[in-house]
Amino acid sequence: MDYILEMKNISKSFFGVKALSNVELKIRRGEIHCIVGENGAGKSTLMNILSGIYPYGTYEGDIIYDGQVCQFRNIKDSESKGIVIIHQELALIPGLTVAENLFLGNERQSYGIIDWDRTNQEAQKWLDMVAFKEEATRQVKDVGVGAQQLIEIAKALAKNVRLLILDEPTAALPETEARHLLDLLKELQKQGLTSIIITHKLNEVCYVGDRVTIIRDGCTVGELTEKDQPFQEDVIVKGMVGREMLNRYPERGGNYIRPEIGFEIRNWNTWHPTYTDQQVVKNASLNVHKGEIVGLYGLMGAGRTEMAMSVFGRSYGTKTSGQIFKDGKEITIKSVADAIRKKIAYISEDRKTYGLVLPKDIQFNTSLAGLSKLSRKGGVIDENQEVLVAEEYMQRLNIRATGISQLTESLSGGNQQKVVLAKWIFTHPDVLILDEPTRGIDVGAKYEIYCIMNQLAEEGKSVLFISSDLSEILGMADRIYVMNEGTICAELDGAAATQESVMQCVVEHNKEGGI
Amino acid sequence: MQDFKTLMKKHARQNGMLVVVVVIILFFQIITDGVILRPMNIANLVMQNAYVIILATGMMCCILTGGNVDLSVGSLCAFSGAISGLLMIGKGWNTWLVLLIIFGVAILIGLLNGGSIAKFAVPPYIATLASQLIFRGGTYIVLQGVSYTSYPENFLRLTTGFIPDFFSGANLHITTMVIGIITCVICVVLAVRKRERKKKYNLEVTSLPLFAGQWILISAVILWFSYSLAAYKGMPVVLITVVIIVLLYSFILEKTVAGRHLYAVCGNRNAARLSGINDNKVLFAVYMNMSILAAIAGIVFTARMNSCSTMIGNGFEGDAIAACFIGGASPATGTGTIFGALIGALVIGILNNGMSILGIQSDVQMCVKGIVLMAAVIFDQMQRKGK
Repeated sequence: MDYILEMKNISKSFFGVKALSNVELKIRRGEIHCIVGENGAGKSTLMNILSGIYPYGTYEGDIIYDGQVCQFRNIKDSESKGIVIIHQELALIPGLTVAENLFLGNERQSYGIIDWDRTNQEAQKWLDMVAFKEEATRQVKDVGVGAQQLIEIAKALAKNVRLLILDEPTAALPETEARHLLDLLKELQKQGLTSIIITHKLNEVCYVGDRVTIIRDGCTVGELTEKDQPFQEDVIVKGMVGREMLNRYPERGGNYIRPEIGFEIRNWNTWHPTYTDQQVVKNASLNVHKGEIVGLYGLMGAGRTEMAMSVFGRSYGTKTSGQIFKDGKEITIKSVADAIRKKIAYISEDRKTYGLVLPKDIQFNTSLAGLSKLSRKGGVIDENQEVLVAEEYMQRLNIRATGISQLTESLSGGNQQKVVLAKWIFTHPDVLILDEPTRGIDVGAKYEIYCIMNQLAEEGKSVLFISSDLSEILGMADRIYVMNEGTICAELDGAAATQESVMQCVVEHNKEGGI
Repeated sequence: MQDFKTLMKKHARQNGMLVVVVVIILFFQIITDGVILRPMNIANLVMQNAYVIILATGMMCCILTGGNVDLSVGSLCAFSGAISGLLMIGKGWNTWLVLLIIFGVAILIGLLNGGSIAKFAVPPYIATLASQLIFRGGTYIVLQGVSYTSYPENFLRLTTGFIPDFFSGANLHITTMVIGIITCVICVVLAVRKRERKKKYNLEVTSLPLFAGQWILISAVILWFSYSLAAYKGMPVVLITVVIIVLLYSFILEKTVAGRHLYAVCGNRNAARLSGINDNKVLFAVYMNMSILAAIAGIVFTARMNSCSTMIGNGFEGDAIAACFIGGASPATGTGTIFGALIGALVIGILNNGMSILGIQSDVQMCVKGIVLMAAVIFDQMQRKGK
């Protein structure tokens, strides 16, 4: 068998803790190879070793690339051999043009002077290869996330990539763009490109993968080949979590929905903060009963996050108007602090930017929004009490860490999300708005988050669950609102709704709007 | 032993800095034949460096808002000094009234700095650079080329004097000694109480021998320090000011909600805002506070010089910023403590003092300080990379 890459017996430890032990990875020339595993399983560590971010000597084992044993000391080394990694957080500079980004660090130049004509012209060539439709002279900040992924791939192609590694390339993409990206990879495969995709989305594995390597707790636990046997999602899940997962969504132990409406928004409007003539949310109304989980489904850009943030202490938008009712009484929320006082919590879709103070520890983050509960008059914090609270929540939400003094930046995505949840649950809210709480986290951690949501509903809280993952909305929500183009275009019963019926709402709304 | 290691590790940076301070002191102690630790010189050290410690305390708060600094503090020191000179000496106004005016002016300047930064989102270094120019110019305007000297007695006593001895000891300032002993007792009692409270919550505490050893050492240092002061003229009044400021700000940063908000804004401003923290209020408070502390530092410094001139306060912002970074401030990770700023100020102060005793020129002194700053920050970066 012709392998372009073999990683043999790779082991790596951090401070005496084994992150990888004897991992084997074999990539055949010209295939699309998927790596799956829970968060913290060691996928990213493995790829960092391959690309030289963890240099030769800091790990054990061999990397054999093109039949040669390689000792990469940095990214430059691996890139010179044609191995390019595209990270989950894109490394593009927003203020530069597409073409400038494309050749960043690889400029078309002579004696240090950039040849702009050549830059733009060559850029267009690579961009055409990835079916990038906009002009090369646009600034990256004016380009959507999906298109930015294409730029990254074009950038890799311009470096004469032979082995392309993509770390969760579709995590931030809506379904159509994700599909487009995967099709592009298949197209490039035909032209001889080998690629490795790290992903959490198992339907993508089945769609695009030739072979799959499953990693669990730093070990290779399985290798599947599509040709031998078509992929089955449950087989992969079983390998990832180490047990049979019969249900992706936990059973609700009874019906907790109470007749009273806990939270309601009426005729909500808000406009874009800089382009103030652009209305982002149009006359949206919704309500959530106590003990109910209400799903708010919409594609990216539908206005879900914008609505939630503008409700949550006017954190987004201008000219915001509309009414908010809590427990049947109208309330006004002037600031985030005000919202917290009125027992409303909003868990952001972007935990790294808006959720956590990353360089601080679990204790610091857990108590941050609820400090008033831990302080006496004059604002002196009871630290001992704080430690107890942090430990209690760490246990309750099953946060896996070395202790409450572990820095949150060193936690895996799932555990980071649990810390954010802990922070907000500690404010003892009656209403929780969860914005994409399971984005970019693995099946096991997702299940745990769903369990927490159910528990919150059981306690009689109103839960508004925003997601663009339709299957989890259908799996979790009692009632579903569909949002499209800033309007809430449909309300469906959770039990009766299907993938088709929800999508139908979006399609019909688009037709009405003439899109 | 394990206990000792974890204790050392937990405060590795600060302990490392303490070791550096001790090494520097020992070095000068040997090379100057013991001059540096003579009672008179210790009192001098305190009085010379009071202004750096006060400024570094405020500057640490600025740095903790995300690597910002206040460039106007030197000019503010000069400006408040100029006002005191003009009004107290030139016009002969009442000392207390003038002090009140100076604080009033400091609050106005705080409104200007803090307001432009928090309300109009002017980058702090630009806003404070503007203030630096405005109030350096203001100093020239106020003084009109006159240098005022010899301040009224009650003003000098307030800042450069020593506390009176109520026991009229012959060779030893007994009141100072008593204060030292009381401080010791209070510290130990507080530490014991804190340990007991932790035990009550079933939290981990350091083992008894280690705890005892730690506090015996600290007590010894406090007692030796107060003995040194007592053997000269007693405790300088300005030491009380400095101690109160350092303790107060340490307490605010470590123990209060306000301090926590500051660290949160430093670590991630967006997340802080979405956690109900008013980030602009934090910024405003920090720069307002810096102006007031700068006024205090200006008063302390002018009084020690017993004159005011347009040159006062040149480069003070540099000293304060250097003190913070030598003391381990790291805006990228949201770390930095008032204790660190104090240590940093001490390092600078002892270097200045020691080199002056040795008769080293001030140009060379500047180079040495620069090298120390560079070394401290490189050390920090290496340590972080090691992690």
